[in-house]
Amino acid sequence: MAVFNLSVNGKKQQVDVDPATPMLWVLRDHLNLVGTKFGCGIAQCGACTIHLDGTAIRSCQMPVSAVADKAITTIEGLSEEGDHPVQKAWLEHDVPQCGYCQAGQIMTASALLASNPNPSDDEIEAAMNGNICRCGTYLRIKAAVKTAAANA
Amino acid sequence: MASAKTSLNRRSFLKTSALAGGGLMLSFSWLVGCKPSPEQAHSLPDEWFDLNGFIKIGNNGLVTIMSPNPEGGQNIKTAFPMIVADELDVDWKNVVVEQAPLDTEKYTRQFIGGSQAIRQGWKSLRMAGATARYVLKEAAAKAWGVPSGEITTEAGVIYHKASGKQAGYGEMAAAAVSIPVPEEVALKAQKDFKIIGTSRKNVDAKKIVTGQPLFGIDHKKEGMLIAMVVHPPAFGLKLKSVDDSAARAMPGIVDVFPIKNMQDDYQRQFFDTCAFTELVAVVGKSTWEVMNARKALKVEWEPFSDYSETRDNGTRLFPAGLESTEGHREHMAKKTGKTVNVLRKDGDPEKAFQNAAKVIERTYTAPFLAHNCMEPMNFFADVTADGATLVGPLQKPEFTEKTVSARLGIPLEKIDIQMTRLGGGFGRRSYAHWMVEAAVISDKVKAPVKLVYSREDDMTSGIYRPTYQAIYRAALDAENNLIGFHVNGGGIPESCIYANRFPAGAVDNYLAEDWVLDSNITTGSFRAPRSNFIAAAEQSFLDEVAEAAGKDPIDFRLELLERAKNTPVGDNNDYDAERYAGVLQLAKEKSNWGEKKAGVHRGVSAYFCHNSYAANVLDLVFENGNARVEKVTCAIDCGIVVNPDTATNLAEGATVDGVGTAMFGAFTFKDGVPEKTNFDKYRMIRTKEAPKVIDVHFVKNDIDPTGMGEPAYPPVFAALANALYQATGKRLYDQPFAPALEELSRSRI
Ligand code: FES
Ligand code: FES
Repeated sequence: MAVFNLSVNGKKQQVDVDPATPMLWVLRDHLNLVGTKFGCGIAQCGACTIHLDGTAIRSCQMPVSAVADKAITTIEGLSEEGDHPVQKAWLEHDVPQCGYCQAGQIMTASALLASNPNPSDDEIEAAMNGNICRCGTYLRIKAAVKTAAANA
Repeated sequence: MASAKTSLNRRSFLKTSALAGGGLMLSFSWLVGCKPSPEQAHSLPDEWFDLNGFIKIGNNGLVTIMSPNPEGGQNIKTAFPMIVADELDVDWKNVVVEQAPLDTEKYTRQFIGGSQAIRQGWKSLRMAGATARYVLKEAAAKAWGVPSGEITTEAGVIYHKASGKQAGYGEMAAAAVSIPVPEEVALKAQKDFKIIGTSRKNVDAKKIVTGQPLFGIDHKKEGMLIAMVVHPPAFGLKLKSVDDSAARAMPGIVDVFPIKNMQDDYQRQFFDTCAFTELVAVVGKSTWEVMNARKALKVEWEPFSDYSETRDNGTRLFPAGLESTEGHREHMAKKTGKTVNVLRKDGDPEKAFQNAAKVIERTYTAPFLAHNCMEPMNFFADVTADGATLVGPLQKPEFTEKTVSARLGIPLEKIDIQMTRLGGGFGRRSYAHWMVEAAVISDKVKAPVKLVYSREDDMTSGIYRPTYQAIYRAALDAENNLIGFHVNGGGIPESCIYANRFPAGAVDNYLAEDWVLDSNITTGSFRAPRSNFIAAAEQSFLDEVAEAAGKDPIDFRLELLERAKNTPVGDNNDYDAERYAGVLQLAKEKSNWGEKKAGVHRGVSAYFCHNSYAANVLDLVFENGNARVEKVTCAIDCGIVVNPDTATNLAEGATVDGVGTAMFGAFTFKDGVPEKTNFDKYRMIRTKEAPKVIDVHFVKNDIDPTGMGEPAYPPVFAALANALYQATGKRLYDQPFAPALEELSRSRI
C-alpha cells in the first residue's frame, strides 16, 4: 500500500492503495467515480477511457503509481453541466442504446477533437477503432463526432 | 374507438407523498430519479397521487410514469411511458420516467426477451393511461357538476367547454384517486396519437453521457464488499479441492469459500441454465485486491460423469468428456446422415427430387457465439435475517426471484429486486445464475456484496449461442420451377429449424427435419434465437437457387410469396406472405435494386421472426483490397412504430451486429477449454468494419406493434454472404466469413 496524491477532475484526491492498482479501479472503487467503465481490463475495448493531461488513455492499463501529477479527467469531469460539445452532439444524435460503452466513446472522441478539431472520416474511424460498442452505435457515434466538430 | 378491459389492482390506488419518498422506491440512493430537468416546466410537486401502478400525478401537474420492464438498450424505458402518456393525454415534457422495481402484483410480464415487450405491453400500457385519464375526467365532472361526457382533455388540462371551466390534471389528481375504475375504458384511435409515432429522445441519455451511475456494476452501499468467483477452466470439469491459504493472506481479503449456486436436488426452471454449479468465491474490500487474490488460489478440478437435468422444458443429457470445436464439426457432419425428427412434410418430396431436372444441395454451418454484453455480468445482494435486497441488471427478474427464493429459503415477498439499466442483454442476462451466486455469497459473509465477473469469467462461464448445421436441397423442374424443398438441420445442443416458416407454404413438396446432439456445453437465447443462423442459411441458399433458376433473387422470392399468399400449401404457415413481400418490395424500391454501380456488389435477404418482417439490400465495395459494407438498406414491418428514431437506432445496431457476427463471430473449444477469453481473441466488429450508411425504412400501417429488438438482425448475414458472392464469385457456407475472405484476398495477390 502507498499513498498517492492525484488530481482528478480538477480536485486534489488522496488514495492509499496497492501501487499496481489500475486507475480504473482507483476511480470506481476508491473515488466513487463510476462513470468510467470496466469492459475488458486488457486495453481492448475502450470502455475505461479517461484523459491524462488531455490525452485519451485506457485506465485499466494505467497503474496509479504511473500517474504522478498528471491531470486526470473522467466523464464526470468533462464538463460542469454535461454540455461539452461532444456530450451535446451525443444527445442530439441520441447515440446510446444500452449506453455502457458511451462514456469511453465520448472520452476518446473529445480527446480526438481537442487535438484535431476537424477530423476526416478516416481519422475519426482510426481514433474510435479502439472503442467497442456491442450495441452497434458506430454510425451515430461518427455522425455525433462530426456534429461536435462543427459546433465546437 | 378501441377499448380495453381494465385490470388494475385496486390496492395500488394509494395517495402517496413525495416527502415520505412515497412510492418513489429509487434503486439508487444517489440517483435523483424524480428531479425534473431544467427544460421541464414544473418543479417537484408537494404531493404525488398514485392513480394506478403506472402513473403518479403531482399536485402541480408533473407526471411520473413507471416503466415496469428492464431497460437494456432497446429503449423501452422511453417507449413504454410514451404509450402511457399518449393515452393519458399529457405533454411529454412534463413526464418523468422511473424504473419500477419487480412487483408481480402491480405489473405483468416484467421481463424482456423475444422482442415482446412493446407487443405484449401495448394494450396494458394504453389501458393504464386511458384509465387515469378517465378518473381525472370523472373527478372534474363531479367537482363541476357537469356530465362527464362533456369533458375533454388536452395536454394535461381538463376542459368543460360549455361552462368555460378548466383545471390542470394536478388540481384534480387528489379527487381522482377515489374515483372507481371502470370495467372498460375507451382507447384513442390511431389518428389521434400525439406521442406514439413521434421520435422522442432516450430518457436516460443525459445520465449516460455524463457518466452517472445507472448500471448494476455502478451500484454501491455502505459496507459493501466485492466478490468474484472462480469456475472450472473447462466444460466437463467440476471442483475437486481448494487450497485458499495464500489467497486468504492477501491484502484486503475478507473470506474465501466454495459455494453452490444451485442445490443438486433443485428442480430447475427454464431460465436456470448454469454451466458450473460449484464455484469458489473470493470476497474482499476492493475489486483489484479480489482479482489478485483469485490468482493465488490453488484449485483442483476433476472430470464429471454423465448427468441429466430435468426442467419444465424436458430432460437434457450432459455427457462427460472434454469437447472440442473440431469434434463438434465432425459430429454434426456425420449426424446429419441420420434423420431424427420429421417436423413437416407436404406433398411427396422424394418423388419431386427424383423427377427434378436440377437438384441443388448445400450445407451451412455456424459456430457457438458468446453474447459479450459490454457490461460484464454482476449483481448486488444484501441478504439479512429480514430478507434479500438484490440490485442489478437482468432480463427475467420474476423467474430468477423464484430461484433465489428456493436456494436460500427466503419467501418471495421478502425478496426485493431492483432493476438497473442493462449494459447489454442480447439474451445473456436471462440466465441470472450470478444473481443467485451474489445472494449465496452475501448470505454467507453476512454483508452487502457486489459480485463482479471479469471479462474472462463472462466469456468462459457458459451460455452460448448453439453451434448449428443445416443442409438444404432444392429441386427445380425443366422450366426452373421450384418443385421440391428439403431442409435437414440441427445443432449442439439445440435445433435450428422452424418448420413452418418460409418457404414452407410456397412449395408443393416440402420436408423439414431436425436433430440435436448432446453436449456438456451450456447454451441459451441469443438475439433472435435459431433465426440468427437459419435465416443466414436459408436466405443464402435461396439466392443460389434463384441463380440456378436464372431469376432475379428478389423476383424469385416474390414469386414464391405470391404463391404462398394465393394458394398456400398447408395451413400452418406462420408468416403473412403479403407483409413478407411488402418488406422485400420496400427494400427493392428504396435501394434502387437493379441499378448497377461500378465496383458495388449487392446482396439481398429477407426474414420473418418475432412477428415482424425485415429485408436488407447490402452494398459491398472493396477498399484497398478489403471488403467494406458501403450501405445497407433495411425495410422493416413491425406494425406501428412507437418511437421511430430509436427504432431506427435499433435497426442500425442489429445491422452492425449482423455484419460483425457474420464476419468474425466464433466461440471455440479445445478439450473443453474455451479458446476465446477476452476481446483480444474474440473479434468484435469495430467502427472501421461497420457499414458506412444504414438506411432504415418502416412499412407504414396500423397494425399493433410487433417485435423490433431482434427481427432486423437475422437477414443481415445472408445479405452479406450474397453480396460477397457477387463480389468474389465464391459462395460462403461456413460462418464466420472473415477467414475465407482473407484466404481469398491472399490468393489474389
Ligand atoms: S476496460 Fe480498459 S480497454 Fe477495456
Ligand atoms: S451502447 Fe451498448 S455497448 Fe455501446
